Amino acid sequence: MSRDRASRRLPVIGTLLVGLMLTIMPLPDTIAPFRPDWLALLTIFWAMQLPRTWSVGSAWIVGLILDVSYGTLLGQHALALCVIVFITVRFHLLMRVFPLSQLSATVFAMLALYQFLLFWINGVASVAAPPVTYWAPVVTGTLVWPFLYMFLAGVRYRARAGG
Amino acid sequence: MVASRGKNSNPARIPALGIRLLLLVLISIVLMYFDHRENHLDAARKAIGAAVYPIQLIVDAPVRLWAWLGESTTSRSDLQLEVGRLNAERLLTNARLQRLTALEAENARLRALLDARAKVRDEVRVAEIMAVDANPYEHNLIIDIGSRDGAYDGQAIVSADGVVGQVIRTGLMTSQAVLISDTDHALPVEINRNGLRTIAVGTGEIDRLDLPFLPNNADIRAGDLLVTSGLGGSFPAGYPVAVIDAVTRIPQEPFANVTAKPSAALDQVREVMLIWSAAPVIEEQEDE
Repeated sequence: MSRDRASRRLPVIGTLLVGLMLTIMPLPDTIAPFRPDWLALLTIFWAMQLPRTWSVGSAWIVGLILDVSYGTLLGQHALALCVIVFITVRFHLLMRVFPLSQLSATVFAMLALYQFLLFWINGVASVAAPPVTYWAPVVTGTLVWPFLYMFLAGVRYRARAGG
Repeated sequence: MVASRGKNSNPARIPALGIRLLLLVLISIVLMYFDHRENHLDAARKAIGAAVYPIQLIVDAPVRLWAWLGESTTSRSDLQLEVGRLNAERLLTNARLQRLTALEAENARLRALLDARAKVRDEVRVAEIMAVDANPYEHNLIIDIGSRDGAYDGQAIVSADGVVGQVIRTGLMTSQAVLISDTDHALPVEINRNGLRTIAVGTGEIDRLDLPFLPNNADIRAGDLLVTSGLGGSFPAGYPVAVIDAVTRIPQEPFANVTAKPSAALDQVREVMLIWSAAPVIEEQEDE
C-alpha cells in the first residue's frame, strides 16, 4: 500500500517542481506575459486524475508557494487555485470522459476563472489595473493543455507501470 | 484496491469537499487581510521562501553556468584587451577619486563651519541578481542577499550607473526588490543643476520614469540629471537616478509632461549594490 502511495505521489511532486521552475524561469520581456500558468494546469490535471489524493488542500499549498515566489498577497493564488481545483474535483468523472476538445474548452473556462479571481483580489487590494496581456496566459494555457495532457498521461501511465 | 486508486469508484463525492473549500477560502481571506494590512506574516513568508530557495537556485544555475563558461573560455587576446581597458578605466577613476577625497575634506570643513552634521559615508555591499523572474506586471528582482546578511525592507539598491530600486521583502537568503520603473514606485529626486525637488514615478516601462508634479514654468529641460534628494528616508541623497528625456509643456494643463530615462540599465544589470546608509536621511531639512 505504501509503495503504491509513493509511486502515486512521486510523479505529481516531480511535475509540480518542474512546473514551479518553468514558472520562475526568466523569459525575455516580450514573451514573459504569455507564459502559461503551468501550476494551474498541473493542479487541474492531477486533481482530475487523482481527486482523492490531490484535492483542494494540496492546491492551496501550491498556491501559497506561488504567492511567495510571485510576491503577491499571501493567500491570493492559494484561493484562486483551490477554487478551480474544487470545480475540477467536483466534475472529475465528467471531465475524464470529455473528448480533448471539450476538455480544452473546460480548461479555458477554468483558467479564465482563475485569472479573474486573481484580478478581482488585485482590485480589492487596489493594485493597479493590468494591461490586456494579463489575460494572455488563459489563451496560451489552453493552447498548451492538449500537449501537457498527453505528456502527463504518459508520465502517469509509466509511473503506474513502473510502480 | 480499486477504491483506493480513486478510479472507477462509484460517483460518490469526495467527502466534505465543499466544507474543505469553504475553510480554505476563509483562511485565504484572513491571510490576505492580515498580509495587506500589516506585515504580520513575514515569518510565514520567510519560511515558504526558504523552501523555494533551492528551486530558485536550480533555475538560476544554467544562467550562472553559461556566464561562467563564457568567462572561462574567453581567448587570451580578449582577456588582454579587457585588462588594458580596465587598467585605463581604473586610472581615470582613481584620478577622479583623488579629487573626491579633497572635495570630501572640504565639504566636511564647510559643514563644520555651518554647524551642520557631517555626512556619514554609506556602506555598500555587492549583491548578485538571480536569474529568477515571476511576475511580469511588477518590475521585480530577486537578489542573493537576505536578512541573514543584514538586508532590510526599504533598503536602497544602486548599480554602477545609478539607482536601481529598493528591497521590498527580505527572505532569509534572498530578497525581493522593486525597480524604480515599477508603477507602484515613486522616488523623491532633485534636479542636480538647480536643486528643484520633485518625485519620479515608475511607468511600468523599463526605460522611462514620469515626473508628474512639475508645473509648466518649472526650470527643467532635456538633459538635466536627476539625483536622489534623500527626502522620504529610503534613499541616501546624491545618487544619480535618471536623465530628463523630454519636457512637453501644454499651456492649459497645470503640470508639464516630463519623462526621464533611468541612468542605470535596469534590465541589463547583473550585479547591484545594497546601501546601508548610516546617517538619518532627514538631515537636509534639519540643516536649514
